[in-house]
Amino acid sequence: MYSQGLIGAKTDSAEDQAFLDAFQKRIDAEEKIEPNDPMPEGYRRTLVRQIGQHAHSEIVGMLPEGNWITRAPSLRRKAALLAKVQDEGGHGLYLYSAAETLGVSREEMTEELLAGKAKYSSIFNYPTLTWADIGAIGWLVDGAAIMNQIPLCRCSYGPYARAMIRVCKEESFHQRQGYEIMMTLANGTPEQKEMAQDALNRWWWPSLMMFGPHDSDSQHGDQSMRWKIKRFTNDELRQQFVDSTVPQGEFLGLTFPDPNLKWNEERGHYDFGEIDWDEFWRVVKGGGPMNKERLAARQKAWDEGAWVREAALAHAEKRKARAEAAKMAAE
Amino acid sequence: MEVSRDHLVTFLLRLADDHLILGHRLSEWCGHAPMLEEDLAMPNIALDLIGQARALYQYAGEVEGKGRSEDDLAYLRREREYLNCLMVERPNGDFAHTMLRQFYFSAFMHPFWEKASASTDETLAGIAAKAVKEVSYHVRHCGEWVIRLGDGTEESAARMKAAVEALAPYVDELFETDAVSEAVSKAGIAPAPASLRSSFDSTVQRVFAEAFLDMPETAWPQTGGRQGRHGEAMGYLLAELQHIQRTYPGAVW
Repeated sequence: MYSQGLIGAKTDSAEDQAFLDAFQKRIDAEEKIEPNDPMPEGYRRTLVRQIGQHAHSEIVGMLPEGNWITRAPSLRRKAALLAKVQDEGGHGLYLYSAAETLGVSREEMTEELLAGKAKYSSIFNYPTLTWADIGAIGWLVDGAAIMNQIPLCRCSYGPYARAMIRVCKEESFHQRQGYEIMMTLANGTPEQKEMAQDALNRWWWPSLMMFGPHDSDSQHGDQSMRWKIKRFTNDELRQQFVDSTVPQGEFLGLTFPDPNLKWNEERGHYDFGEIDWDEFWRVVKGGGPMNKERLAARQKAWDEGAWVREAALAHAEKRKARAEAAKMAAE
Repeated sequence: MEVSRDHLVTFLLRLADDHLILGHRLSEWCGHAPMLEEDLAMPNIALDLIGQARALYQYAGEVEGKGRSEDDLAYLRREREYLNCLMVERPNGDFAHTMLRQFYFSAFMHPFWEKASASTDETLAGIAAKAVKEVSYHVRHCGEWVIRLGDGTEESAARMKAAVEALAPYVDELFETDAVSEAVSKAGIAPAPASLRSSFDSTVQRVFAEAFLDMPETAWPQTGGRQGRHGEAMGYLLAELQHIQRTYPGAVW
């Protein structure tokens, strides 16, 4: 689903200046960096962290939406939600594969996630309380993800950029699906409309937080921009998201929970209120309503699945041994 | 031979309910599977099952002629009116139970759809032609897991054996014959369930041989699903499935 404005990657590199300059020259010429190309350690580390966070977000993101599959209100919605959550898992799979090209295994990344060392998007630490949350997540969370990810299709690292092209196509489908759920609710009974408004009230601010800290507080943004891992700053992307989402919400007849939200003719953009950064950092650091439960669910799946993974390996080894024995006997 | 409308509707609802309830159970795994590949595979199979259920409910509603939609049939009946077999409503248990349950059901449905794709009923033949392709993948996927787990580690073999024991009482119900199944098979609409036993047995035996598993004798097969007599877990499943439809009657989603 989505990558948070990157939090906590060290971009410093120890290579000599000539190496760094030569690398920067390739970046500036818009060449794609491929897995076996020489690259600064800081570049590799930043990408591993970012792609890892992105992959984990897809996987953890299956939980809040998966929470409504068995309760989806119609068979059509149930099928669409199943397909969507399956897509998220597929995105996780491509992204782990993209990260593996940088020399880190899926297992290592999973262990980092479970140990609380790797982050995932803070948005998934909020609960899905009603069916309208499934609409709001598609519309807002996938919408914000698209804003972040479209520029990533031009990321300097080839495997990540290519993975994003397919991911973005599916995300924009999810976003339309989510908006259609909101539209159905907004045009439905008074109770349904109230459900839609409540979901917007709860998901709006966390969606704006998805873009990460202000540019002025973002420590590693500059280097990521120079390396063209990032193309736009957190604040630029957040503004783009607000500008494109507000008219959509107005069309639904819903109200955004921000008294300072209004069109600024002079700037040609919407002005909006200040994010509650205390809440943002609390959720990022593990104090959101669902942080513990999300990680506990992943841990439980991992622990309870251990015997299955072990059995699959053991069986593969037995097969291999038998095939070799049969080959020996035949020779 | 003509089949009565009641018989045809009952037959379609039994089949649709099997798919809906099993799809529901399988989707409970979503996000909690032992590995990412299975977090993709299980929702994928669930999606096939829900798709098949939708086609069957739509057709059942049409044949019934009372204006009931797929959602009316899927969501707004009482527990005693659901006609799925007992196996599909069994709680997931561990991954071995889930894979074996899916394997049994798919090993039954594969020859069923194969025969039904030559049905005298054109709509059912169409549904079957699509389903048979999907189900052959389910048989393969789940069969491979039964083999991997049966012939994996000591623990996985023990869990697989426990699953075989636990699900054994629910196998025979798949092949039950009554006035409805007889009327439908005589009209050439769908195969008689009992006629699929040998195909089912040979699929199971082939996989069990590789998995070092034996089919146990069942002293007391369980039955009742086709008459709407379910297990205690069914009420909870329906409470979850029907939650929104029951809370907001008449709303459109």
